[in-house]
Amino acid sequence: MKQLMLGNEAVARGLYEAGCAFVSSYPGTPSTEITEAIAKYQEVYAEWAPNEKVAMEAAFGASIAGRRSFCGMKHVGLNVAADPLFTISYTGVNAGMVIGVADDAGMHSSQNEQDSRHYAMAAKIPMLEPADSAEALAFAKLAYELSEKFDTPVLLKMCTRVSHSQSVVETGDRVEALKEYVKDIPKYVMMPGNAKKRHPVVEARTRALVEYAETADINPIDAGRSHAMGFITSSTSYQYVKEVFGEQYPVMKLGMIWPMPEKKIVDFAASVEKLVVVEELDGFIEAHCKNLGIACEGKDTFSCIDELSQNKVADAMGAAVEAGKALDTAIPPRPPVMCAGCPHRGLFYTLKKNKVTVLGDIGCYTLGAVAPLQAVDTVICMGASVSGIHGFCKSQNGAADNKTVAVIGDSTFMHSGITGLVNMAYNESNATVIIVDNSITGMTGHQQNPTTGFNLKGDPCAKIDLETLCHAVGIKRVRVVDPYDLEQCDTVLKEELAAQEPSVIISRRPCALLKYVKHKAPLTVDTEKCVGCKACMKIGCPAISIIDGKAKVDATQCVGCGVCQQLCKFGALTEV
Amino acid sequence: MDTKNIMIVGVGGQGSLLASKLLGRLLLSRGYDIKVSEVHGMSQRGGSVVTYVRFGDKVYSPIIDKGEADFIVSFELLEAARWTEYLKPNGKIITNTQQINPMPVIIGAAQYPQDLISKMQSAGIDVDAFDALTLAEQAGSSKAVNIVLMGHLSKHFDFTLEQWMDAIAESVPAKFLELNKKAFLLGRDA
Repeated sequence: MKQLMLGNEAVARGLYEAGCAFVSSYPGTPSTEITEAIAKYQEVYAEWAPNEKVAMEAAFGASIAGRRSFCGMKHVGLNVAADPLFTISYTGVNAGMVIGVADDAGMHSSQNEQDSRHYAMAAKIPMLEPADSAEALAFAKLAYELSEKFDTPVLLKMCTRVSHSQSVVETGDRVEALKEYVKDIPKYVMMPGNAKKRHPVVEARTRALVEYAETADINPIDAGRSHAMGFITSSTSYQYVKEVFGEQYPVMKLGMIWPMPEKKIVDFAASVEKLVVVEELDGFIEAHCKNLGIACEGKDTFSCIDELSQNKVADAMGAAVEAGKALDTAIPPRPPVMCAGCPHRGLFYTLKKNKVTVLGDIGCYTLGAVAPLQAVDTVICMGASVSGIHGFCKSQNGAADNKTVAVIGDSTFMHSGITGLVNMAYNESNATVIIVDNSITGMTGHQQNPTTGFNLKGDPCAKIDLETLCHAVGIKRVRVVDPYDLEQCDTVLKEELAAQEPSVIISRRPCALLKYVKHKAPLTVDTEKCVGCKACMKIGCPAISIIDGKAKVDATQCVGCGVCQQLCKFGALTEV
Repeated sequence: MDTKNIMIVGVGGQGSLLASKLLGRLLLSRGYDIKVSEVHGMSQRGGSVVTYVRFGDKVYSPIIDKGEADFIVSFELLEAARWTEYLKPNGKIITNTQQINPMPVIIGAAQYPQDLISKMQSAGIDVDAFDALTLAEQAGSSKAVNIVLMGHLSKHFDFTLEQWMDAIAESVPAKFLELNKKAFLLGRDA
């Protein structure tokens, strides 16, 4: 049956049809929906792991136990899972194992624009790269065949435009694929003596995969009318090239982006007068061509910055691009903001008011860095706030202790904040960590995590108690505040900053967008009392504006959280 | 046929995903090749959002680029003005007249431009602006702006009312079906 399917849903369908039985992932845009979609198939066990390293190792465990497995993550998640990645390349698999990784060229929702293809080459693991939903489904299935045939994990590389585009797919039936666990110490125990024997196996495997790539159906060449030029491309770049040039020039599309064919590329290059490599981010295919001694156009023509588009391809190739009419008026930007009623707002207002340095982390609360709050000083990667504050404060011999905090979300703390906190206790920081516990993984669209008491399928499960956990790693001072209560936040913050030992403040209130959260009626402005002082504007709530010199609350957005009320000295913000 | 391009633009949280879902269902039932490109993650949080819907005999790129859109359907006036460069020379903007201040305007760092409709018209842009929010409220919910706009867009295509209604039935929960059908018809008649 033909269906319109998101690329990520199509991956999930492919995994399902291939008999995948075990999935462990950590959410991350644009990869999240793969795992959300697979969780709907009853035949597949699926879970959110605390981080990508745990997810990959769990999936590997399932593979050697004889079950086809999958782990999914965004590009930066693969950095976290890089440790197992490089060694499971050596062990290979038992039942097939597929690792889904989604890049975010253009950084729609990411902190960097890294190109995950380098991991395939560095870890010597084959990588497939679908260009639409139909391929996402087909390549997920093929990935398991290759994984078992070549005894290797297989990387399935997505990107924002493939993950988050719907296109037409045809679905098939599920085929079960079970294997027995077989004890094999030389294959699975990677101590030096064994690993030395596995490395040559890996090199031989790559050579065999190059042979496969020479004739594989997933590396097709589309014929062209003219051989004055020819393209080598992959993924969405293929779509842009076809959009611009159609059948005009031949196009080699690499569905397997690592390892790449050699003879096939040399022959293709010889068949065209000029070879052009079109790829997003780094010159990965281009470098391969140049290693083969082939002259080609690549990153000298197409930028390694941002995603490509049909107009960018046309423009770079000298084809006419006609934009529509722009207005001769400044259009103010509309950046993302914390939602009305967001529990993070009251906390960040308190931090700004106290003029503390804030080492931030990855999540909705990164938005604490934008105007008017501008209360976040650094954001690097998952967990870096907690590890970073330790170095920040220790290195200043106490001078920063009473004016610096780390801010990290509940899910991010579970992901990689705990080890940083262990370090703070063990090496005796005096710093303060604030865990903003909104009872969900918010930014990626509400995924459960070990602190919420529910699993991926929505069933109740063990719930990590943050206070007990912090105590257990050696933090004696653990306080809980309600971020809607500004006075309490302010008092507790001052006390913990002054404390001569490491401390944790848990700022606890569920995300305002959670369905179970009951909201109060929207506030209204008593225009008699409002003097237009704009004190309520300091929190950057999208529901409040100043119109004709008076505050105005947008009743469709306001959830009655009452944070603005606490800033109004004139009692002008009132409940209906 | 040549590929047709519809951009749906608005403010994160306004319901553009339902509009693209409805179009996707309709176009799939008519046998077209389709690509629908969405935005997830950070930009959903009250930011400017855009969804691309493309259909035809064979669709390659998942996105619509500058100068390519046959229609821009906007949930909010400033967002209509933001994307005019994406319109084809003979393209059309269908926009809700609702205004939602972005944060730079709220905090006084920028002004919400005045007279955007006449500015677009004097730039030679074909703009069809109407108050979809009031019609949605008439239908029973301010959240039905998306379906009101789809109703208005439907006037420009040859699909039958029944085909649109079937697609609505496939896209919305049963308990909101009547509300959405009403919203669609109000938009179609506007």
